[in-house]
Amino acid sequence: MAYLDYDATGILGIAAALPRKVIDNQAYTDYFPAEDVAEIVEKIGVKQRRFADAGTCASDLCFAAAVKLIADMQVDRSEIDLLLFISQTPDYRMPATSIILQHRLGLADTTIAFDISIGCSGFLYGLSVAYALLQQKGLRKALVLDGETRSKVYSPKDRKTAFLFGDAGVAALIGKDDRFGRSFYSIHSDGSREGLIKINAGGYRNPSSPETLKEQVVDEYGNIRNEEQGYMNGGDVFNFLIREVPKDVKGLLEYSGFDQSAVDYFVFHQANSYMNGYLVKKLKLDPAKVPMSIEKFGNTSSVSIPLTMVSELKEQLAGRKTLLLCGFGVGLSWATALLNMDGCHVSEIVEVSA
Amino acid sequence: MIENQFIGALQEALEIQDHEILLADQFRSYPEWDSLAQLTLIAMLDEEFGVSIEMKNFNELVTVQDLFEAVKASAEKQ
Repeated sequence: MAYLDYDATGILGIAAALPRKVIDNQAYTDYFPAEDVAEIVEKIGVKQRRFADAGTCASDLCFAAAVKLIADMQVDRSEIDLLLFISQTPDYRMPATSIILQHRLGLADTTIAFDISIGCSGFLYGLSVAYALLQQKGLRKALVLDGETRSKVYSPKDRKTAFLFGDAGVAALIGKDDRFGRSFYSIHSDGSREGLIKINAGGYRNPSSPETLKEQVVDEYGNIRNEEQGYMNGGDVFNFLIREVPKDVKGLLEYSGFDQSAVDYFVFHQANSYMNGYLVKKLKLDPAKVPMSIEKFGNTSSVSIPLTMVSELKEQLAGRKTLLLCGFGVGLSWATALLNMDGCHVSEIVEVSA
Repeated sequence: MIENQFIGALQEALEIQDHEILLADQFRSYPEWDSLAQLTLIAMLDEEFGVSIEMKNFNELVTVQDLFEAVKASAEKQ
């Protein structure tokens, strides 16, 4: 059972960046009639999203957030020994985007830098890797960059996914200090469900070709996408997660010895408003302890947890708070963390346009 | 599992108030049926009966009777 347990490591500061372009979901009627759009948008609970323009990548959003964070916190760049870039929308197939960001951010060539490609649970996978490497005496600070441009992944002509996803990037600075106390992680993977959320072509198993780029009607509802755009079997994903996520949350609380009532905030991946509502009900949580940002930003995949922390919990994170974070999705993969925030700097959100 | 218990749970999950549920009904033609009702049904089957039906199989179920039989078979297997 993969439980991880760390001491005296925590999030010193966090900043988020959003594309300037706001999509008003009710007015997103290029491919569907207005009354259908109104009904879909009402159901999924996403009012607005941000879309990166053609020239803006996830790395650009993370770069803007990192520059803001470094300036606001007056971070000494020479102390950053580790840079992680968490994303499934990298700049190139090679080199790794993290390496490009090491140079763009003016970090030393002694920096350990690599990418982590996981999806919705990615922020927690990334944090746990940063925490783990910081146990090495030689490492001082880690910069965890997490960005996604999911608006570029899904077909605007497939109503199952066209209204859900948005773009965002965050930068979090991780360091060591006794005040953070212990933190706990639980991390899972289930590759038997790899087909439930998938981009089937464009990698090396099914390389890009004129065929994989051809738009096709994919179901009886007339939804259209090509093989290089994302597919999601929402029903089976939900079927699986409603069993596993509550179990994982309870399992980690039990392992850590924390009582559920000792947690100040539960920050879940913002998959859709229905899933969030379900978790509140199932785990019998006080809704005031479960911040949500899905209405404003949509589903931003791995970024949704730290983005929700920045946009919904800004002032609260300056004090001492115990947070339970839980991410789940493509893979399938899911992860839960229980950690203390104490004096965390949260920057104002930066807006980015090309 | 008895039919009445299942129909009661279905009625509650789909928030059906003003009409009866009959075994021969095609549940997707109910005015209350939509994608969220489907998620609520999935959640109800898990909570009330400990059952999860794969979408591939679920999509082949047409009537309330089909659904009931599938849930019964799945519950007995577990």
